[in-house]
Amino acid sequence: MTAAPDSTAAFAPVHAPALEMRGITKRYPGVVANDHIDLTVRPGEIHALLGENGAGKTTLMNVLYGLARPDEGEILLNGQVVHIAGPADAIARGINMVHQHFMLVPVLSVADNILLGEETMRGPIFLDRREAHRRIVELGRRFGFEIDPEARVGSLSVGWQQRVEILKALYRNARILVLDEPTAVLTPQETEEIFAVLRHLAEEGHSIVFISHKLYEVLEIADRITVIRRGRVVGERLPGETSEDDLAEMMVGREVQLTVDRGTSHPGAVTLRVEGLHARDDRGTEVVRGVDFEVRSGEILGVAGVAGNGQDELVEVIVGLRRAAAGRVLLDDNDITGHSPRRVNEAGVGYIPADRQRFGLVLPFPLADNLVLTQYHQAPYAHGFRRDDRAIEAHAEERIRQFDVRATSAEVKASTLSGGNQQKIIVAREFGPERRLLVLDQPTRGLDVGSIEFIHRQAIAKRDAGTAILLVSAELDEVLELSDRIAVMYRGRIVAMRDGRTADKNEIGLLMATGGERAAAGDGGTAA
Amino acid sequence: MSGVRSAQRRRSWRQLLRQTWAIVALPLISILLALVVGAFIILASQFILPGHVFDPGLAFTAYSALFQGAFGSFNAIVDTLVSTAPLVLGGLAVGLAFKAGLFNIGAQGQFLLGALASVAVGVAVSSWPPFVALPLALGAGMLAGAFWGFIPGALKAVSGAHEVVTTIMLNYVAVAVVAWMVSGPLDLGTSPSPITGVVGNAGLPIIIGRNGHAGILVAAAAVPLVAYLLYRTTRGFEIRTVGANPDAARYAGMRPRFLIVLTMSLAGLLAGTAGSVVVLGVTRQMTASFGTTVGFDSIAVALLGRSNPFGIVFAALLFGSMRAGAALMQIEAGIPPELVDVLEATILLFLVASPYLRRVLRLGGVRTGLEGSETITRSYGGGEAVAR
Repeated sequence: MTAAPDSTAAFAPVHAPALEMRGITKRYPGVVANDHIDLTVRPGEIHALLGENGAGKTTLMNVLYGLARPDEGEILLNGQVVHIAGPADAIARGINMVHQHFMLVPVLSVADNILLGEETMRGPIFLDRREAHRRIVELGRRFGFEIDPEARVGSLSVGWQQRVEILKALYRNARILVLDEPTAVLTPQETEEIFAVLRHLAEEGHSIVFISHKLYEVLEIADRITVIRRGRVVGERLPGETSEDDLAEMMVGREVQLTVDRGTSHPGAVTLRVEGLHARDDRGTEVVRGVDFEVRSGEILGVAGVAGNGQDELVEVIVGLRRAAAGRVLLDDNDITGHSPRRVNEAGVGYIPADRQRFGLVLPFPLADNLVLTQYHQAPYAHGFRRDDRAIEAHAEERIRQFDVRATSAEVKASTLSGGNQQKIIVAREFGPERRLLVLDQPTRGLDVGSIEFIHRQAIAKRDAGTAILLVSAELDEVLELSDRIAVMYRGRIVAMRDGRTADKNEIGLLMATGGERAAAGDGGTAA
Repeated sequence: MSGVRSAQRRRSWRQLLRQTWAIVALPLISILLALVVGAFIILASQFILPGHVFDPGLAFTAYSALFQGAFGSFNAIVDTLVSTAPLVLGGLAVGLAFKAGLFNIGAQGQFLLGALASVAVGVAVSSWPPFVALPLALGAGMLAGAFWGFIPGALKAVSGAHEVVTTIMLNYVAVAVVAWMVSGPLDLGTSPSPITGVVGNAGLPIIIGRNGHAGILVAAAAVPLVAYLLYRTTRGFEIRTVGANPDAARYAGMRPRFLIVLTMSLAGLLAGTAGSVVVLGVTRQMTASFGTTVGFDSIAVALLGRSNPFGIVFAALLFGSMRAGAALMQIEAGIPPELVDVLEATILLFLVASPYLRRVLRLGGVRTGLEGSETITRSYGGGEAVAR
């Protein structure tokens, strides 16, 4: 079976949309997740679905994918009303979804992953690997990339894994492709590459629903934009007739400051000093290879870098989760190298981990417990071995109010909150007044503009209160926006240090991708 | 989380009732369905029993005898309590480990070692004054059980060896140790089949009815103690955190390795106490084939009780009453006591299938699954409860 060339698109009347969702309403106990949503996607169109976390994007796509049954409304494919019974049915009808968290088996090859559930057979028993390989390579070429079907998925970069996901969909003859925040995990360069692939797909007549809350991306890639807020469509725009500010206001329902005013900083004494630091990753490879820098009180040092250049390990060494292979970490001139996470925390270091659900929260626990996760053993939350439920709860209620966490009570489980509110819980816990240093690792990854604005404001406020802040982010815009100084990390070294107010985005992007300066100037490792 | 927080105290009765229903609905339904399945088995069994006249009411006769045997008289109720007590302790041993994300299949081995140590010490001090002999024998059983739990805990903490594998192996070792000790050093030598001496003054006093020994009080005291540990202390918070998210526990400055060793030792202590209670309160001596299935039944108890200390009490009562009533069921209905094993297993099967049951029965708001099921799947899936 080879991919049928665009028969459906060619024969369908020009005016029939590839996909039409009419008056979709989905109610859950207590909320209307989708309130009469209309969405029309034409053949060959990249249609962006824009909305904050919890606005109802995911519910709408679950309805489309057959994972949720709508209470009202209907779905039309190429002008025909259809009832989608489940994901298998959706796939059979040419609807495919690329999830934000990839559904790939890392130990299997690209081809095996693509064949899972859609085996190309030779006879009733044997897989036809050769034919499968041929089709995979051909599909890749058609959309502008060369892929090795034998490569192990686990060894591929995130950008390539995403291409495997897209190939998987194309292999199943997808006509409508839903991408759920595809760029959340990509570098700017990878994003550009994926966009090229998507444009290719659209030119061939595929329809793409692009879910995102990154405004500039939506403006760049989409042919049309539908904005939803609190389960309702608030408007439809063409990229040419709108702006980031306009879209943000539609999404949030009020005027949003997309870039917080960072004001002037007043750096004081050195709070964190890292000297000649080396560290290995879990596999024993040295990934931090001689890093020196310092962060002063009242300043934000941003570390820019493509994911996987040693930033994660650097942060883990500083907060005590990973052993240093060599070098020192000093907090206020006290050597804290090799101290346990508990001691580092008690020395006044707050830490926002990159993976908030894995490290930062205990999802099945109530908010109150999560809000004391790193201080639960100290007064006033405990007296000796006894927990003080009253103090824990009073603390929770105060922080929930102070940080505007949207939750019905401190007793609800952390898993019930949206991503933005989950991150607020961690921020509320870690941004305590006694902090000397805050280590922020991807603090706004996957969050909506409203939450990002909030967290950026909080960070600036902490800086102005004299806290030293180390910000690590794959989001170059975030680093540029907040940092007083920017360190570029490349292959375990800091290859450049720039002033945050005068830094040039293109230059930093180039340094992130190539390590530029160091390659040219030899082993110049550091600058400060 | 179970109801120990002050906010819950403020909640209205109706909410509490709804919450309780959400928790108990599926276990109750599972029990009822298991009884239905058991009834079919009873009816079907008549076809293979020679010379039996088919009696359509036999299932009812059997169940009512089972109930009579468990609750029909004062002594029946006492017997139920006696068989419930070790199940409570064993259930806590498995449930506590579940809370820390550990699957303690070794309750049986810890139970045996506890029993053995209690008998060994009990026989040695059998003529000492009771208030010295009993604590010594009981304490020995607790320590031996704790030691048998400490081994897999330490192995996991040091080398990452999986507790499911090590505890299963240690169960076999425990059986062998018991057989050797009873037929060797502890054998009285007075009868052809090896048997130890009696524990005499080290035995648990009878405090109620014909057989109601003080071990019932030991079990009753363990429940609030474990609940207090889990929900009111920082250590308990650490244990629960390691179980729910070991990565977050490490991030929060807890020590997962230490907590694994501690939890397994405490679990072993509880299972060992169960063994002590049985030998010091019921058998008062031990044979080489000393075997009850308390250690394995405890896993079922912990699952049915959702690893909650108070839930475990109810689950243990259910299983204990069936054990106590089985004898009368055999006398009055001719149904072998093994039917109780079938019922237990069927209850578990329905519990495992509870997400499906919920869908079929359209029970929207109730909680499905087993508290420990995530632990079990993670355990068998080559879990990663130990931090790197």
